[in-house]
Amino acid sequence: MPTPPSPRRGRRPVAVVSFAQADNVRRESHHNEVETLMPVFAELFAKTGSGITKDDIDFICSGSTDYLIGGPFSFVAALDAIGVYPPRRESHVEMDAAWALYEAWVALQDEGVDTALVYGFGKSSLGQLHKILSLQLDPYVMAPLWPDPVSLAALQARTLLDAGTASEADFAAVAARSRRAALENPKAQVAYDRTVEQLLAEEYVVAPLRRHALPPITDGAAAVVLAAGTRAFEWAERPAWITGIDHRIETHALGARDLASSPSTARAGLEAGVGDGPVDVAELHAPFAHQELILAAALGLGEGVDLNPSGGALAANALMAGGLIRIGEAATRVMDGRAGRAVAHATSGPVLQHNLVTVLEGV
Amino acid sequence: MADRVAVIGAGQTYHKARRDDVSIAGLVREAAQRALEDAGVTWADIDAVVIGKAPDMFEGVMMPELYLAAALGAVGKPMFRVHTAGSVGGSTALVAAHLVTAGIHQRVLTVAFEKQSDSDAMWALSVPQPFSAPLLAGAGGYFAPHIRAYMRRSGAPRDIGMKVAVKDRLHALGNPYAHLHLPDISLQTVEESIMLWDPLHYLEACPSSDGAAAMVLGSEQAAAEAQAVTGRRPAWVHGMAMRSEPTMFAGRDQINPRAGRECAQDVYRQAGVTDPRRDFDCAEVYVPFSWYEPMWLENLGFCDEGDGWKLTDAGATSMDGGDIPWNCSGGVLSSNPIGASGMLRFLEAALQVRGEAGDHQVDGVRRALGQAYGGGSQFFAMWVLSTERP
Repeated sequence: MPTPPSPRRGRRPVAVVSFAQADNVRRESHHNEVETLMPVFAELFAKTGSGITKDDIDFICSGSTDYLIGGPFSFVAALDAIGVYPPRRESHVEMDAAWALYEAWVALQDEGVDTALVYGFGKSSLGQLHKILSLQLDPYVMAPLWPDPVSLAALQARTLLDAGTASEADFAAVAARSRRAALENPKAQVAYDRTVEQLLAEEYVVAPLRRHALPPITDGAAAVVLAAGTRAFEWAERPAWITGIDHRIETHALGARDLASSPSTARAGLEAGVGDGPVDVAELHAPFAHQELILAAALGLGEGVDLNPSGGALAANALMAGGLIRIGEAATRVMDGRAGRAVAHATSGPVLQHNLVTVLEGV
Repeated sequence: MADRVAVIGAGQTYHKARRDDVSIAGLVREAAQRALEDAGVTWADIDAVVIGKAPDMFEGVMMPELYLAAALGAVGKPMFRVHTAGSVGGSTALVAAHLVTAGIHQRVLTVAFEKQSDSDAMWALSVPQPFSAPLLAGAGGYFAPHIRAYMRRSGAPRDIGMKVAVKDRLHALGNPYAHLHLPDISLQTVEESIMLWDPLHYLEACPSSDGAAAMVLGSEQAAAEAQAVTGRRPAWVHGMAMRSEPTMFAGRDQINPRAGRECAQDVYRQAGVTDPRRDFDCAEVYVPFSWYEPMWLENLGFCDEGDGWKLTDAGATSMDGGDIPWNCSGGVLSSNPIGASGMLRFLEAALQVRGEAGDHQVDGVRRALGQAYGGGSQFFAMWVLSTERP
């Protein structure tokens, strides 16, 4: 049995050993959240190993938000997709499930917790997403003005253009590459093969963002199994070891931020050790095309890094699961040997306010 | 082996029906600032912030931690948001504590709040959901049938709940932060208050409060430094546990949920507690409706099943001569900023262990229990605190 790489922080090596996600679709009208999650868990446990069930899991953590279903406690019903009986050690974050993975990683540092199930889900089709996300803003100063997420992203894109660090063609190039990569991703929602010139011919949605620079509205769900120490080698031939993980938040006040950069991503990447070795693959949670440019710069990812081979959030944008999917996609490429060292990034809040970076390595 | 963790600072707001004098940011900052001062540290000394609250619809702000990052000094740091229903205040503290026991951080600020006056919790709990029976009754309407089932099962007389309502409100008179101060409360005034959900009278229900709670959790080194600066001793964590079970299934015991029993067994095993009534000097337990005191006395193993009401009836849980005082702070029945209510249980247990509870201090507390529950009694969080370093 090989030796796991030693993590930068924490006392035990922890790895992603399996990942599954639902089909990402515009409107999942026939299944509720529980019904969407159940086949994801079935696929996840089948991938984890023969005979492995929820009863082999020591800790469960999920990420979701009540505002998508428009009612309290969206995570409560979702637990029925697992069946937490006998009673289980279980927790929930009102953040993207990438942060649920972080909580599970912390829990796995304790002896006696060797395995964890992490999942996230979001059905954006249930409401008017652009209005719902406005309610994420400062309730006294910003939310009453109802700024929608596309307009905020357009402000951010404009700062890039004004700084001269990127052009509209650069945004289109990110979108063209992402949607082309998504042709290879059977779970993707938006995939096509179009040239930058074709994309630049589109009308603006909110200038300077054209339709191609926007994420789709998605219903989706995803789940990951984590295992610590030797258990990871029992449950996966080649586990994707989490050698670094960190997250940082910025102020909410847009006027106090330099929207053209992402210091929180840079700091999290530094703490996670992104620069400690070569990066083969990076899955960046960039719902808007220009955000990939900001994130890649913040993480120092240069030529030679395969960026968002899944198509990223431009191909499918399941809220509350999208960050976890980035980790799952990166881990999958480590587990199947396509990548030796991968970076996964997750974001939360308006225009990249809160960012989490994970480094995954195979041995 | 996990690192040690202790409560090295605690702070809370004056809980009120309306805190119109502050924004949400002002509310959480007030509690956090008090916790930092209590720990003898500044914002710069904090490595990470872990915040919890109950459903976001209680204020109408989606994921408010984003907006609160600067107010809680989290900019440039990890900030984490927990939501596990009513138990959230407790589970938030546990998530924060694990960051220290895992050796990741030295000092973590944990905060929980609710500003109920910004919205309407009763409404937020009763939004009609597709394909689900509308509840339209708030939490009291959900729990009252379970209370009636407990009364039938245990043979408890009808006045037990009223005794809890009086006892906790008299305890609250020693807690300047409590929302309700009702010096004239009596069994008669409780019984004469309006019947809300049979058998729960108005005065047997928790209030709706605006409020926040905060703690600084520290490593062994941080605890030593805080004690050197402030002279106040840490409250050491000896056990932490969370348990969940499904909301609905055939055979679920909603009166004495298995998740609560097993959560208690886990935390007692970690802390070496074998006889909770003897081994604890006091307990802060989530009792939002009066009858949940006898129910949780049984669930937490302070007595045999069916005997909880007898302890309450005999005054065992009273600061006035009882051997195992419960909710000396006045409990949830006296202050209920929902998301913070669980953390207040954990925090008040810490105050007792640190000897910092003022007029509601129990003499010579060496070990205390903090418990929170949520949802329809399917989510539990607990910790055991002691004066002794583990």
